[in-house]
Amino acid sequence: MPDLKKRIAPEYRWLPHPLMTLTLLIIWLLLMNTISFAHILLGTFLGTIIPWFTNRFWPERPQISNPVLLLRFFFSPFLFDIIVANITVVRLMLQPDISKLTPGFIQIPLDTDDPMVISILASVISLTPGTVSSEVYLKERLLIVHSIDVPDPEAAVQTIKTRYEKPLKEIFLC
Amino acid sequence: MTIFIEFIVSFFLVLGAFFALAGSIGSYRLPDFFSRLHGPTKSTTLGVGSMAVASAIYFSFQSGRISLHEVLITLFLFITAPISAHFLAKAALHQRLHQKKEGTEKIS
Repeated sequence: MPDLKKRIAPEYRWLPHPLMTLTLLIIWLLLMNTISFAHILLGTFLGTIIPWFTNRFWPERPQISNPVLLLRFFFSPFLFDIIVANITVVRLMLQPDISKLTPGFIQIPLDTDDPMVISILASVISLTPGTVSSEVYLKERLLIVHSIDVPDPEAAVQTIKTRYEKPLKEIFLC
Repeated sequence: MTIFIEFIVSFFLVLGAFFALAGSIGSYRLPDFFSRLHGPTKSTTLGVGSMAVASAIYFSFQSGRISLHEVLITLFLFITAPISAHFLAKAALHQRLHQKKEGTEKIS
């Protein structure tokens, strides 16, 4: 009995995407703006049948090593950096002499070729003001990022790698 | 609703409006297309974010029930904003738009 789970491929299980089910339930409750029992039931129902129908669009399943790490990543580098970078960039843009800015492209060598990690990394970089990820070269494992003010490209690359890429790789196990 | 809550709500509204305004001013002042892309990412993250916080606080205290569906606005923006920024940047790269050169402003 314990090896039953191994024999059944994930797409044929009752809950092909447990995480998606949970996310859909939470989104449904937020959308309805209530936590009444009826809506929890309806949300669970929707969260169960929508993965059945959309199963083939999501062949891969993200493997999250530790949800606590993910939560910590969300608050500590992610939200915190968004607020700090917002203030920095607003100050840069409102400074009297705008020609002092040194915008430019930086190339970040990626340590992973997992599409999930790369797309989350690119989204995090884009959401943090001051940097927009603009191109991915999967074969060369390069992420091209435009930054609004890079006096020192080398240091910027190192910051992004240690601050975002390393924790993401730990969280998504690759 | 107490005056204290009203102060918090107005604070977040003004903060959000300020960041949206700064983003627009930045889009106007910045020298080239790629730098101007940074404007939209800013106003969606902190600008809309703090307005959503203001709305959540206001409606929670007005109706007496916790109102959290503003979180969804932020969530969907966080998912879609990087994608549109990425596509704009990618299209601009393929069109080989000019980057900033010394002293001259090239409009894309």
